[in-house]
Amino acid sequence: MPDLFLDGRPLSVANGTSVAAALALGADGCSRTSVSGQRRAPLCGMGICQECRVMIDGYRRLACQTVCRDGMQVQTRP
Amino acid sequence: MNETTDLLIIGAGPAGMAAALAAANSGQRIVVLDDNPLPGGQIWRDGPQASLPDTARRLREQLHACANIRCHAGTRVIACAAEKTLLVEDAERGWQISYERLILCTGARELLLPFPGWTLPGVTGAGGLQALIKGGLPVRGERLVIAGSGPLLLASAATAKHHGAHVLRIAEQASRARVVGFAAQLPRWPGKLVQSFSLFDGHYRTGTHVLEALGRERLEGVRLLQHGKIVELACDRLACGFGLIPNTQLGQALGCVMEDQRLVVDAWQATSRRDHYAAGECTGFGGSELALVEGAIAGHAAVGNSAAAQRLWPRRARWQGFAQALNKAFALDARLKTLARADTLVCRCEDVPYGELVGHGNWREAKLASRCGMGACQGRVCGAALEHLFGWTPPTPRPPFSPARIETLLGLEETPPT
Repeated sequence: MPDLFLDGRPLSVANGTSVAAALALGADGCSRTSVSGQRRAPLCGMGICQECRVMIDGYRRLACQTVCRDGMQVQTRP
Repeated sequence: MNETTDLLIIGAGPAGMAAALAAANSGQRIVVLDDNPLPGGQIWRDGPQASLPDTARRLREQLHACANIRCHAGTRVIACAAEKTLLVEDAERGWQISYERLILCTGARELLLPFPGWTLPGVTGAGGLQALIKGGLPVRGERLVIAGSGPLLLASAATAKHHGAHVLRIAEQASRARVVGFAAQLPRWPGKLVQSFSLFDGHYRTGTHVLEALGRERLEGVRLLQHGKIVELACDRLACGFGLIPNTQLGQALGCVMEDQRLVVDAWQATSRRDHYAAGECTGFGGSELALVEGAIAGHAAVGNSAAAQRLWPRRARWQGFAQALNKAFALDARLKTLARADTLVCRCEDVPYGELVGHGNWREAKLASRCGMGACQGRVCGAALEHLFGWTPPTPRPPFSPARIETLLGLEETPPT
């Protein structure tokens, strides 16, 4: 049961949960803010569309292809 | 820390797994790359809410049991570094892999077409929703509409229902006559007949397509055109995908010849470039059974076992027949090209609306004027959409093929091992 932080708030998820799923488990499911200010959420679910990109421990990662790990810091807002 | 291998396989879905296992008997060194955390591709994506079929488990175990197969998960191809050398990156590092022969098993992605409201949170691809659920996305008690085209709609609906969602409607754009005609051919592939019965859903409607996703901050409902009548449904999620299109970017960048948006291969699954093979959905959509047999043919052929490859030709022909029937039945209705309004975003990375694109003569002109396709996905979504809407051919991909770290790109300066 990894414990991570989503925009600073603690969240505990089942083993193997993707960060994309964690966004919906711990908040409103959104991953980023678009260049014109719209909130966006994962779209393709398979690493193509880049809508689910988030900052994880300071690196830009695709939430749909990243598995939650203990202590991860996930940021959806710049 | 660069790497050298005899056979490099890009993609660990059904085609890539079958290719690696077919080639493994030769004793050659094999490296398999995949950008997902676990092998299996999209159809056998594992996760806390996934239930893998026995075939997938068995192949995965065999793959890990082979001492001469090395799998790199969570790894992407960033660039072609030199002749038969690719620059790749995982979460920690970037490095180069040199190979003697390559098999492209890069799969397919969903065709996502723009319609008003499609950028709202709550709207996903059809296969996209299934993938997200397998990864642990909670849908229990949610109201879902699934729309678009192809058998993936039923598969996605089945996964969602299994996890407690209420599927209000499955909107298939193809006409009833086409879908019934396709279903009538299924006895030719008995396994598929059984599968289609298990997936059938009373909320399935043919001749129905999405007009608009409704909502302000997130999805609140969907407007559909169902047999010429407008229907509105309040819902929490819309999963919409218009079939699958081959992932050909890397093959194109390597100089492999394309035709009808797919990589061209011969009877040995060899592309136009010597020592470069391709198998599975990147050579045309046909399902996992076809991908498995094509992958095995490519694997055998790549290590010089022509006899074993040739023995699989009849099985491939059988599944190619299924692929043809499928692609004919679910061909897209021309009305789907008219869903976007002037203010509907087409490029979701650079937020470029339809109105700024219509009127341009080609992709390059539109891109220079609007930044369409210049964002993080590098036109994988909008390029495919505009190819469908306007017939614009997207340009040959240029490196980096995916967003990469500067440290990785600096690796291009290093000389690979000889």
